[in-house]
Amino acid sequence: MKEQIVVIGNGMVGYKFCERLLEKDTQNKFQITSFCEEPRPAYDRVHLSSYFDGKTADDLLMAKIEWYEDNGITLHLGDKATIIDRKAKLVTSSKGITIPYDKLILATGSDAFVPPVPGIDKEGVFVYRTIEDLDKMLAYSKNVDHCVVIGGGLLGLEAAKAAQDMGLTTEVVEFAPRLMPRQVDDEGGEMLKNLIEDIGIKVNLNKATSNIAGEGKVTGMEFADDTSLTTDMIIVSAGIRPRDEIAREAGLTLGPRGGILVNDNLKTSDENIYAIGECALYNNMIYGLVAPGYTMADAVAEQLVGRDAEFKGADMSTKLKLLGTDVASFGDIEPKDSSVKHLRFNNPHSGVYKKIVVSADGEKLLGGVLVGDADEYGTLLQIYQNGMKLPEDPMTLILPANDDAQSGIGIGDLPDTAQICSCENVTKGDICSAIENGACSIGDLKSCTKAGTGCGGCMPLLTDLYKHQMAESGVEVSNALCEHFDMSRSEMYDLVRKTGIDNFATLLAKHGKGLGCEVCKPTAGSIFSTVFNRPILEHAPLQDTNDIYLANIQKDGTYSVIPRIPGGEITPDKLIVIGQVAKDFNLYTKITGGQRVDLLGARLNDLPKIWQILVDAGFESGHAYGKSLRTVKSCVGESWCRYGVGDSTALAILIEERYRGLRSPHKLKSAVSGCTRECAEAQSKDFGIIATEKGWNLYVCGNGGMKPRHADLLASDLDQETLIKYIDRFLMYYIKTAERLERTSTWMTKLDGGLEFLKDIVINDSLGINEELEAQMQHVVNTYECEWKNAINDPEKIKRFTHFNNSQAQDETVQFVLERDQIRPANEEEKLSVTI
Amino acid sequence: MYTQWHAVGKKTDFPQDLGTCVKVNDKQIAIYHLTDGNWYAVQNLCPHQKRMVLSRGLVGGDLEKPSVICPLHKRSFSLKDGQLLSESKDCDNIKTYPVKLENDLILIEV
Repeated sequence: MKEQIVVIGNGMVGYKFCERLLEKDTQNKFQITSFCEEPRPAYDRVHLSSYFDGKTADDLLMAKIEWYEDNGITLHLGDKATIIDRKAKLVTSSKGITIPYDKLILATGSDAFVPPVPGIDKEGVFVYRTIEDLDKMLAYSKNVDHCVVIGGGLLGLEAAKAAQDMGLTTEVVEFAPRLMPRQVDDEGGEMLKNLIEDIGIKVNLNKATSNIAGEGKVTGMEFADDTSLTTDMIIVSAGIRPRDEIAREAGLTLGPRGGILVNDNLKTSDENIYAIGECALYNNMIYGLVAPGYTMADAVAEQLVGRDAEFKGADMSTKLKLLGTDVASFGDIEPKDSSVKHLRFNNPHSGVYKKIVVSADGEKLLGGVLVGDADEYGTLLQIYQNGMKLPEDPMTLILPANDDAQSGIGIGDLPDTAQICSCENVTKGDICSAIENGACSIGDLKSCTKAGTGCGGCMPLLTDLYKHQMAESGVEVSNALCEHFDMSRSEMYDLVRKTGIDNFATLLAKHGKGLGCEVCKPTAGSIFSTVFNRPILEHAPLQDTNDIYLANIQKDGTYSVIPRIPGGEITPDKLIVIGQVAKDFNLYTKITGGQRVDLLGARLNDLPKIWQILVDAGFESGHAYGKSLRTVKSCVGESWCRYGVGDSTALAILIEERYRGLRSPHKLKSAVSGCTRECAEAQSKDFGIIATEKGWNLYVCGNGGMKPRHADLLASDLDQETLIKYIDRFLMYYIKTAERLERTSTWMTKLDGGLEFLKDIVINDSLGINEELEAQMQHVVNTYECEWKNAINDPEKIKRFTHFNNSQAQDETVQFVLERDQIRPANEEEKLSVTI
Repeated sequence: MYTQWHAVGKKTDFPQDLGTCVKVNDKQIAIYHLTDGNWYAVQNLCPHQKRMVLSRGLVGGDLEKPSVICPLHKRSFSLKDGQLLSESKDCDNIKTYPVKLENDLILIEV
């Protein structure tokens, strides 16, 4: 008969206890049952606010429901445990299930503390605790536009972020004279208040709410100082209250102000019942952070498998990002002892405040606060926790670093017992031994030690330690593309240029190993194309998605076709051809963002026929499928526009036709505007040109897309010849030195010496390579041919454009439905069934 | 369920290091002919998005563990046993079929 373990509560700590006990239960002697009041298993409450920026409830789960089944845990979801019969050792739930226990673990957590203010029960008042709370808020927020968060502590500021993410004008109301009164000091609180007000959230301090106004629904708030606020929604985040009602009913000893009293073994007043997490009162303290809860969970699991383990209290050090601002604090930040020294760095201009508290003799670090920049948190926490001796001038620890070596404390100085990850209690020693046992990446370390899998706050430290240990053992942290090639993209590019190797088999045999993969194959293919510029299909096996069929694969396995329309200029006859092709092949038609036409829903078998018609009408491939030049947008310029000062359309066509087909580390976009009104949006492109009265201005390394970056001005008032030279040099230097899939914008931010360095190369030939770069580009220009045309004229290549090798049938699993008079892929519910 | 061997084409119909889709009864099967001379056959349906695209995936991996990478979301599967190799375990493994070469004809057992 297995020992029956019942866990009441399946929050983060309840889950962690199950996980830990499973790990330690090597003899398989426990049967775990858990009651969970919420409708879903444990999820990550620490990152709850990410629910508002795209994470789903499923993304937040600590473990999927299958994990419980696979590990033999009986989980009663949506069923709250209500009665503990201590004599008979039984637990009964609200659904009437009764289960015997040998050992009972209370992990009931906490509720939001709702102050007893008149009117607090009105519609429009919410607490910020569960996913259901968030759903209710989301629904309510659609009809209101202002929200007040009561509570300026850690959770309150999280809630304020959530309210702001919901698109509400948000204010915070705090009873204390400063924000986060437990974690920061007055100056830190002041800095934090300024940073938060800068992003548009008003902060009201010293406010005691005396009444919530409104007829049924919230319309405002009144405060003890006779001031008031108008608002139509309130989130209460004024602290937590331990969930001790089931313990109270069962007659367990509670603290005078609630909380289930536990001893060093985390045992309650009943020998067989433990309490862990936010419901447990240890040494007069409720720990409202997840890390101590995890430590408690581990200590109880340890004892159940027969080993000694005590909880000795936990460090309340914390580092968080609130509303985009780093806040960290550790140790005693306001000691009563007046002989200690407070060292402060305060820069309102950059929004950074740091303070460390140092013992009177200057030897020991007692505590600290960091607001606005918490990069030193890892180092400071280690010094504090390990009682390490401070450097001669402790101020160097918080002054803006000019050089990492300055602080005098390196990761190498830490003792092996230093805790790196507090969520999972992983020490430096654990990580070093994992590295000695063959862990050779951050991913390896995360999976075998679990460090960095909790709040993620230790990742910078973990990365530093990893690099340090690797360097110690003489292993350089590799910039290798993948396991098949021990070189970076730019090294591979230089190698291909130098050796003239023009095929993957030779490259792999001489410089790589294995079969290659989705990283090195397309990289090599792209490099061969830039250097030798042979038709891409000669490297078909190297292409991972689109290039292999010279078209863009869509979600249903059909393809889209985009003919090149240089500069966005097109004749009516050509437009008619595109329309006719779309009609004949039943394609969905859409104008793209790049002044071209996209034809979607083409089947593999139809691609050659479609291209034949387009090529015959004078079109060519638009390379929308390649990591290569896409489009050069333009405005109508001086030909038509009353403001135009340059012929932007003509120049856009010239540039697009010059660089068409050029393969690069990532896609390249460009635009030409005929005047400073910038209608073609040239400053959001990899390279963009704007006409001036005196010539052309060249802007580089801009980006729309995921991380927008405004382009930088590289040179002004150029004549056309110089402009083309500069672009040649710029593009070829980028292709030579960028990493795989690195857009020019990212490449620029990483370039040592930045824009000035780049200007120096392109304009002053500081590296003496411009002639070479121009010649390389000229080769690409001279050897250009349309990839579609090349394919349809080659029976060997075109043979591959059928769905089946042994049948001319269409793929019947591709199905469309009509929407707004055009086709779109049928979704799973709309599709007829398919055999595999 | 009984199986039988089906001829699906000549050796030369299958270019090296690329996938090719064939139709057997009403099944779609992806066949790969690798540099090292080995042949593999797996279902053409990518279990992740339920689309018939695996034959268009890139092949790679190690000599001992060749894999195919789906062109839609880069899920990778072992060609030997159909196991999902990607870190995100959000779809099923794929089915594999025996392949043999007889007189330059490719046969698969379905």
